[in-house]
Amino acid sequence: MKLLEQVRSSGLGELAKKIEWEKYGPFIALVVLFIVSSFASPYFFQVRNITNILRQISYTGIIALGMTFVIISGGIDLSVGSATALVGALAITVLNYFGGGGLAIAAAILVAVLAGATAGALNGLVITRWRVAPFIVTLGSMSIFRSLTLFLTNAGVMRSTSVQYQQVGMGYFLGLPNPVWIMLILAAVFHVVLFHTRYGRYVCAVGSNERVAAYAAIKTAWIKFYGYVLVGATVGLTSILLSSRMNSIASTNAGSGYELDAIAAVIIGGTSLSGGSGSIVGTLIGAVILGIVNNMLNMMGVSPYLQGTVKGLVIIGAVLIQRGRKGAFQ
Amino acid sequence: MTETLVRTESLAKDFSGVYVLNDINVEILKGEIFGIIGENGAGKSTFIKLLNGTHLPSDGRILFDGEEVHLSPTVSKRIGISTIPQEFNLVSHLKAYENIFLGQEFRRQLGLLDRKRMRRRASELMEQLQADVVPDAEVNDLSVAEKQMVEIAKAVAFNSRLLIMDEPTTVLTPIEIGVLFELMRRLKEQGVTIIYISHKLKEVQQICDRVMVLRDGDFISLDPVENLDEHEMANRMVGREMTQIFPEKACPGEEIALEVENLSVPGLLHSVSFSLRKGEILGFAGLGGSGRTELSETIVGIRKKSEGVIRIHGSECDIRSPSDAIAHRIAYLPEDRQGAGILTSFDVTSNITLSSLKQYARLLINRRKEQQKARTYVDSFDIKTTSLRTRLEFLSGGNQQKVSLAKSLDTDPSIFIFDEPTRGIDINAKMQIFRFIRALVDEGISCIFISSELEEVIGVCSRVLVMREGRIAGTLEDEQITEEEIMKLATGVIEGGPQT
Repeated sequence: MKLLEQVRSSGLGELAKKIEWEKYGPFIALVVLFIVSSFASPYFFQVRNITNILRQISYTGIIALGMTFVIISGGIDLSVGSATALVGALAITVLNYFGGGGLAIAAAILVAVLAGATAGALNGLVITRWRVAPFIVTLGSMSIFRSLTLFLTNAGVMRSTSVQYQQVGMGYFLGLPNPVWIMLILAAVFHVVLFHTRYGRYVCAVGSNERVAAYAAIKTAWIKFYGYVLVGATVGLTSILLSSRMNSIASTNAGSGYELDAIAAVIIGGTSLSGGSGSIVGTLIGAVILGIVNNMLNMMGVSPYLQGTVKGLVIIGAVLIQRGRKGAFQ
Repeated sequence: MTETLVRTESLAKDFSGVYVLNDINVEILKGEIFGIIGENGAGKSTFIKLLNGTHLPSDGRILFDGEEVHLSPTVSKRIGISTIPQEFNLVSHLKAYENIFLGQEFRRQLGLLDRKRMRRRASELMEQLQADVVPDAEVNDLSVAEKQMVEIAKAVAFNSRLLIMDEPTTVLTPIEIGVLFELMRRLKEQGVTIIYISHKLKEVQQICDRVMVLRDGDFISLDPVENLDEHEMANRMVGREMTQIFPEKACPGEEIALEVENLSVPGLLHSVSFSLRKGEILGFAGLGGSGRTELSETIVGIRKKSEGVIRIHGSECDIRSPSDAIAHRIAYLPEDRQGAGILTSFDVTSNITLSSLKQYARLLINRRKEQQKARTYVDSFDIKTTSLRTRLEFLSGGNQQKVSLAKSLDTDPSIFIFDEPTRGIDINAKMQIFRFIRALVDEGISCIFISSELEEVIGVCSRVLVMREGRIAGTLEDEQITEEEIMKLATGVIEGGPQT
């Protein structure tokens, strides 16, 4: 007790108290990670390595942007990984059906985004209409989507016959890979939606206290529903970027573990799992932190099997740090 | 009666340099009921938190039974200090006796629970308290008053010598309050000392032996209750001569603003009919659970009606959701402030504009316009906040309530339903809220005023409907509005309204 009081009253304690951990914690962590990484490896700061990290995180990063809305509204979506595989398989089917040309690619993108949004809408419908817990619903649909993908592809690989399709996911624009551009643009748009529109405000209100929101004439069911549609649409985009990079979708493992990475990015980014508040910039930072950690482990030659351990520790650590002030002692 | 149980010497408490309690020197006697009154932020809660060991004093010392004690929650418990918190601290799916002995279970050999002994002791306690609670009843199924009995049983189960009660009557009906007071008197006879904190000055006068007044953390006075009347208590709390608590009553027009006919909700409301005149403050009195809140919630579309018609300014309206109610210009100030009125994690501005955000947004929210509007409410309602960006969790109850009021008012209503607008807020904020309501009525807004505080209904309304078990039990007007008449109708002692 005495020691605790001393730490609190010392200058260090005061400084730590003044920093708004919830707000700037993820950013500070990112800066620290950057500094440590550049000392640890001379290759880290090379343009190619940075670009590479950004590309690696873009697939789950895009989903994490949509996931941010769902988590702020007090929900969760575990089905995004399997949905990525299912929607990707559908997109390639459409692509091949229309011959793989430019128009076929456009059709595939459209179908992917719509199919992703529909998958999200189905989750949202069950959650809001029949009031089943989001965790349960999306746990169920996670299994359903994966199984449908296996069925459609006969547990094999769905290959694209298009030559140009790979350009979508492999291409560069102004020195950055296309997926990275899409992630950044989407982040900018979602940031505006979250902080400057009625929908964004309502999402926070619903997640903060649904009953208050309902009394304030907010249509809480719809607000939550749109969140699942939104994350579904981001799944659609990711499925295009992923399938075009591989020029195929492997039904058994495409998108597997994406739910973990997306949710982790949101949580590391300072969004509380109990909902109510969060930020898109935070989620982006969360995704980058995960990317850098993976990158550093690779460069330092740590066994890839251990990467999951580190990832898990980062997630738990992030939550503990953010809780900071409201820590267990009070 | 003259022996001292607790003595504080220069007791003080600061939080990072800001003193919230200064130099308190009092003696609390054995077997007395010691009242503490003061506005929000006066230091009442801090004082009791020092006594039950939640906080450590910054200065001064506490003597218990003549010996200096260094209190912590465990020490307090051991020497017999227990607190009945404002919010109940019960595990709702456990049984009454399990709650009473939670954490201090009787055990047999091998550490197995001795349920038999706990049940027996629990029923002894209930008997001693003359409370009608079965030890095996699940807390979920108990009424609010019964839950409080369980809390009290929990507090006295281990030979309590000092019982601290923080606003125990906020959630109780007048009858339940009577039972509680009986119980307090019995405990007092058994030699238990009780510290009683309340905003309700009338109750303080009824039950307390001596009353300490705190203001801004300072000791103001300590007198036998006989030497104080309500008016004097209020003056001392506020620190200046108070003008009348209630503003002059409004004179409603003849025009009917809202007409409710045969409104029914299965099990809750049974053919409720009434009308509200333009510029009227119509009171709704009744016991807890009599259907007043349910009636309001049905009118604003939170609950589904099974039958009945609602007419606004003569035309029939189909209100199915709170947004329909807003479209028909009906505003509702919910009874449960934290659970339905405000978002504690949102700042002042976004709370005020929560129901009316449409006004401030096309594609994007116009933050400047939002801030300007919030500023005008903060000024006109005298909302005390460091800034418009301060989160509501940092505001006092009274100021939170004003924000909730501003939120409902910003939807531009012509009919305003206030459900317990003064619950748990200090006298100054109460007076302000009465004046706001009065000012709204002057602007031609028609108001429904629901309150469990009889004196408020009597002081504010010129017509009062009394509800009982989901029905309107009777209507009282002008001189008929007295506590006796209201209670007669509310409890059903006589059927129908008084003869006119």
